Amino acid sequence: MSSVITISQLAKHYQVPEREGGLKAAMASLFNRKFRTVKAVNNISFKIEPGEVVGFLGPNGAGKTTTLKMLSGLLHPTSGEVHVLGYEPFRRSYDYLRQITLVMGNRNQLTWDLPALDSFDLQRAVYGIPVDEFKRTRDDFIDLLDLKDLVNKPVRNLSLGERMKMEIVAALLHKPKVLFLDEPTLGLDVTMQRRIRAFIAEYNRRHNATVLLTSHYMADVEALCKRVIVIHHGRILFDGDLSNLVNQFSAYKTLSVTLQNPDAELSQYGEVISKDDGRVTLRVPKAKTSQVTAKLLSDLQVDDLTVEDAPVDDIIDQVFSQKEEA
Amino acid sequence: MKRYIDFYLSSMKISILQQFQYRVANYFYMIGMIAEPVIYLVVWSTIANQQGGTAGGYTPGEFAAYYIVWTLVRNMNIVFTPYGWEWRIRQGNLSMELMRPMHPIHNDIAYFSGWKFVVIILWLPLALFLSWVFKPTFDITWAEGIAFFIAIWGAYLIRTMLLSLLGMITFWTTRVSAIFELYFGLELILSGRLVPMTLMPQWVQSLSNYLPFKWTFYFPIETLVGRMSAQELVTGIGMQILWIVIGASILNLVWRAAIKQFSAVGG
Repeated sequence: MSSVITISQLAKHYQVPEREGGLKAAMASLFNRKFRTVKAVNNISFKIEPGEVVGFLGPNGAGKTTTLKMLSGLLHPTSGEVHVLGYEPFRRSYDYLRQITLVMGNRNQLTWDLPALDSFDLQRAVYGIPVDEFKRTRDDFIDLLDLKDLVNKPVRNLSLGERMKMEIVAALLHKPKVLFLDEPTLGLDVTMQRRIRAFIAEYNRRHNATVLLTSHYMADVEALCKRVIVIHHGRILFDGDLSNLVNQFSAYKTLSVTLQNPDAELSQYGEVISKDDGRVTLRVPKAKTSQVTAKLLSDLQVDDLTVEDAPVDDIIDQVFSQKEEA
Repeated sequence: MKRYIDFYLSSMKISILQQFQYRVANYFYMIGMIAEPVIYLVVWSTIANQQGGTAGGYTPGEFAAYYIVWTLVRNMNIVFTPYGWEWRIRQGNLSMELMRPMHPIHNDIAYFSGWKFVVIILWLPLALFLSWVFKPTFDITWAEGIAFFIAIWGAYLIRTMLLSLLGMITFWTTRVSAIFELYFGLELILSGRLVPMTLMPQWVQSLSNYLPFKWTFYFPIETLVGRMSAQELVTGIGMQILWIVIGASILNLVWRAAIKQFSAVGG
């Protein structure tokens, strides 16, 4: 089976004008303009197979959105190779654009003053979707996202979350094979995030669509992505299963203990993170987890004890900090 | 082709629905816009009266006809401006349009075409009012009426091409309003927007024959005001088609270079 997305040594560099503050520097820059090369994406390579949902993680400015823009044909790469569904995205072939979608958390493709239904109909015309097929898909999406009471309201009267759901419907009406999702749950409440995650998962299941997702909400990544690619300063730091990321970079585990004597001193067993209603959370080095657990059980009257991996957010932080130090 | 027709109709429908929502704002905009031709009209009618009834061959009634038709042609000439291009590139809205399997110019043409239908409906009462006040002299034949209908859409397409080309400068540099203003200055003088071209010096009239501006204002107005022979009408429409083809060809070339330059700013 051939890969849907193949990237090899892909780079995007920008020339950014640079000068010091002040009038003297401003005058000097008129005659001697200086530029600095910013390597937004620096020789990255990866492949994504059909139907995979991959989390693309990194801090702000890491190169995630630049990569998505190159994959969706919005940006020309500086160097390297990129193929999606056998197309070179920067050529912007209309056949290619018909098979992909790019959803950005801050993007607005709906007409502000009109009900979303009108914008959906425009999408039908843009992609030349047969009317019967369009109505089936539209109604199906409206049911899945529970939008029936909202599609007739002007978009300007919808909440941020409701609008985002409409944006996602509009972006998927042509049933793209590849989804580039850039922060699709940005700024939404937990319920709305969950709803959108479930919808993306269902779309992936039904259509075997390939999804590349960036998100700062680890709940999105944990719920949707088996595989993650971590990027920082334009370079890939990790590419593999989310579980491997946890194993490889998690230096500690979290122990939650409920004791019969809630006042017992636990600092000798590990770093106390919190104490709440008699339940204590400890951070313990991963290598010592079994030893500490056994000691706790033998030394104290324990009502309940759970051992968990560190939160993925913390692990990602750990990846960045380890690589920075390296 | 079927998909494009469907798209144009859908986009025009959206535009009509949206613009009717803003009908009051649209009306006030149009009322504001008639101040310009009314000033020209009053000035030139006064001059004509002082010169014994005509100025540059135009009677006050013909000036009234010229400037009342001017108001419709001016509204038909409203297109997506270079400032709009600047805004959509800076704000990142162009990215969304580039994701469509279709050139963004189609959306611009279709959307503003829909707007024209709203404009024409809103313009009719204003035209009646201006006619009641200024008593224009009209002598319109069927051929002129048909030529006018074609010419106002031809003017719309020429201006769309020209202003889109101008707007695309923002792909390379962000502060281009000075260039826009220079363009609008040239257009004012060379298009017939300020005064009928026959009132201009001979060298300006000759120059205007080789430039696109005249075919966006003076020509469509004159088709209806009734000073053109059948041959002039056909030649004029031919010139409009030529400028549309030239504009579209240059736009296509510039677009290819511009899109490579595009840095997808603003998210």
